Amino acid sequence: MSDTHAQTVAYVRDSMIDQQDPPLTQVGAVKWIRENLFSGWLNILLTLLSLWVIYAALSHLLPWALRGIWDASSLSECRAIRDELYGADASVACWAVLAERWPQLIFGFYPKDLYWRPILAFLLFLAAVAPVLFSSVPRKALWVTALAPFALFWLLWGGSLWGPIAAILGFVIGWAIMTFAAPKIGSLGAVILTIIVPVLYWLFVAGPLASGLASVLPLALQSVPTQNMGGFMLATIIGVSGIVLSLPLGILLALGRQSDMFIINKFSVAFIEIIRGVPLIVWLFTASLLLNYFLPPGTNFDLMLRVIIMVTLFSAAYIAEVVRGGLAALPKGQYEAADALGLDYWKSMRLIILPQALKISIPGIVNTFIGLFKDTTLVVFIGLLDPIGLSNSIRATTDWNGVYWELFVFIGLCFFIFCFSMGRYSLFLEKKLRREHR
Amino acid sequence: MATMTDPPERGFRLSQLIFDTRYRSMTIQVVAMILIALLLSWLISNTIHNLEALGKDFDFGFLGQPAGYDINQQLIDYNNQMSHGRAALVGILNTLLVAVLGCALATVLGVIAGVLRLSNNWVVSRLTAVYVEGFRNVPLLLWIVLIFALMTESMPTPRDFRGEDGSSMILGESVAITNRGVYIPNVVFSRSLGGNEVAAPEAPAPAAAASPSTNMAGTYGASRIATGGAGVQTGQNNDATSTAADASGGAEAGEGGEVIPTSSVWDWLLILAVLIAGGVGAKVLGTRATHIQEATGKRPMTLPFQIASVLVPVIVVLLLLGASLDKPELGGFNFDGGVHLRNSLIALWLALSLYTGAFIAEIVRGGILAISKGQTEAAYALGLRPGTTMNLVILPQALRVIIPPLISQFLNLTKNSSLAIAVGYMDVRSTLGGITINQTGRELEGMLLLGLFYLVLSLLISGVMNIYNSSVKLKER
Repeated sequence: MSDTHAQTVAYVRDSMIDQQDPPLTQVGAVKWIRENLFSGWLNILLTLLSLWVIYAALSHLLPWALRGIWDASSLSECRAIRDELYGADASVACWAVLAERWPQLIFGFYPKDLYWRPILAFLLFLAAVAPVLFSSVPRKALWVTALAPFALFWLLWGGSLWGPIAAILGFVIGWAIMTFAAPKIGSLGAVILTIIVPVLYWLFVAGPLASGLASVLPLALQSVPTQNMGGFMLATIIGVSGIVLSLPLGILLALGRQSDMFIINKFSVAFIEIIRGVPLIVWLFTASLLLNYFLPPGTNFDLMLRVIIMVTLFSAAYIAEVVRGGLAALPKGQYEAADALGLDYWKSMRLIILPQALKISIPGIVNTFIGLFKDTTLVVFIGLLDPIGLSNSIRATTDWNGVYWELFVFIGLCFFIFCFSMGRYSLFLEKKLRREHR
Repeated sequence: MATMTDPPERGFRLSQLIFDTRYRSMTIQVVAMILIALLLSWLISNTIHNLEALGKDFDFGFLGQPAGYDINQQLIDYNNQMSHGRAALVGILNTLLVAVLGCALATVLGVIAGVLRLSNNWVVSRLTAVYVEGFRNVPLLLWIVLIFALMTESMPTPRDFRGEDGSSMILGESVAITNRGVYIPNVVFSRSLGGNEVAAPEAPAPAAAASPSTNMAGTYGASRIATGGAGVQTGQNNDATSTAADASGGAEAGEGGEVIPTSSVWDWLLILAVLIAGGVGAKVLGTRATHIQEATGKRPMTLPFQIASVLVPVIVVLLLLGASLDKPELGGFNFDGGVHLRNSLIALWLALSLYTGAFIAEIVRGGILAISKGQTEAAYALGLRPGTTMNLVILPQALRVIIPPLISQFLNLTKNSSLAIAVGYMDVRSTLGGITINQTGRELEGMLLLGLFYLVLSLLISGVMNIYNSSVKLKER
């Protein structure tokens, strides 16, 4: 009091008072809690409600999951152990079903002594996608990516090594024609030859060549039929092939829908709308019931191949719409600039339009991929053993009759991890490719 | 000037078809056309050959033949002597039922979750994030079978409701959640427009409601059964019953029999019409108030009148029809009365709504985030309150972003309802595309019709979306 108004009028402070700490409620955790959790009556209500929800969920789930029994050979044994440990009323997970059946959930009925093949295939797959996903991996590794599909096919299905090699040879022939014949016969002729010669080669030469080579030098793995594949392996095979094949097809369809050419445009529109208008399950039934009607009599090909074709067409239509959005979002000036530079259609698309359009549509494309991967569960309805189908067949055995939650939790968790990391990757990509506002 | 001449006219050369951009697109289109035509004709000729080889023809006559199978949930009258076409219609209505229910619940869940995820409240926004990510990243099929297993495995049996210490019904003893499904009360009318059955004097009313046809057989003879096939239990009485009841008139009521309350489509149509009329009345009141406000500057009080204009007519109609609640009651082994919502419907409905709701939440969040902060600040600068800002500035703009993807989610939900196959819900895929195909062996025709149904539905919904889109589109002047 003494020095506050020493010289002047009563209502003017002319000397500094010491710096004070902020009130306790305005700093640190207390402030954060006050502002974020209890800022108004509605907020308080919501906070309490959510805390109650979290408590209710965890108080049921945690004891159930953590006290779970891992070591038993059947559900009744599980229950006996539970009664002994916690009493008959306790609700306790029986994780033993996973401990016993996890190879089946992952590999289906793939021969047990050949598990190293899908595992190796998976590692190879990871090595093959790494250069595509992350630009920090050396570019030379793209060769692995190019050769991986053939190696993966050979590893998973087995059979003679010469089949995939003969197939690769077709691409080599095409590449050779493109490089060496183009200067001599003109670009148009070279393009036509590049398409026709390999196709003829695959149709008429590749098969005999492969069997001939196999008879000279048999290099083969034990072949595994498709019926033996199941579980997450099946879901991954269908999902990954669908993803890899549907992206280029979807981009082509999107370009077709943006095209000025009447017939191509209308055909793309009709294709996209018809595919998108009908549920995937109906398409899968079409693939399993009706495909024999549309193909020449006697044609019969693998159910898994049919499913992959259907899934590819289905997600290509969705990707086409996503990419179309990206194409439409580009300013018109980009198209005009490409024309002004004198680029032809494919060059302008490849160098200017698509890189930007695809960048815009990354979230949509990844969402479509996530949807495709989740939709692979639908193949259970046409008789393929995906994880859900396997959970049904595990439940059908006398040992594990009545096990629901443990299997569902495991399957759901696996899908969640896969799909969630795909979503996070798309966020990462979006951030990496963002060029403006840095 | 004389030196400037036009370039020499050159005749059309064949190579221009490929190298001249003026003609090249023509060439490409013609080639594409030929290829497409070849492909289609190849497919069609294959189909014809295959059908011939199998000795089948292409004929939709099977739709008129008797179906011969039962459908456990029917919105319109159906029995197994009716045609495959009728069965398909029952399936279509079931599909539409679960689609409409699902869209409604998914919208509510999605909007709530989307707004809450933007909340400042850390706990709430994390919790909604868990909901959204959890449902988006796990296959819908898994959610459907999970909820179905939850309903059938973890809920009490109807027997458990007996006795003191067993399970009890919720919401004032009116809703029972059992492992056979959920039983909810049904609104019934003692003066139904569809006509009421009249119980025999000696028959106690609840028992009669459960099995009217057996009572009728005792009282009025066999002819009555033939005409008045009962759909009373499902709550959807049919015209046949009404004509029968009209013919016998109110005379029976005079005989001392007790009137069995029932409900018919006509009652609900009447109530709907009255509701719509009340809504229009409320709107007129609002418009009038706006006119007065613009003329005089004072807005007359409208809210009570608006509420009254909606509620009073409906209440009057309900009283006139003699409405009462038919609560489910525990019978011999199961609940009687009320409406039985099967587990298949509940599981499908909840799973579809929760799953699609997670997607809608992201759409709503994106839509609100898409409106730049300047809009809110400008509204505050004009002196608008937060609520008014939301209603007049943010929402109209956000809706423009939200609605198109929202409708495509509705479309997805409708198509995903074909996963009913996992729980045995009798939708159009399991009637027309399932049992009918199996019984008649007409895969081609059945799948074609099924695909056509979904296609037409999709095109209709996207047509509506386009109309709406163009009406709310930013008007650029």
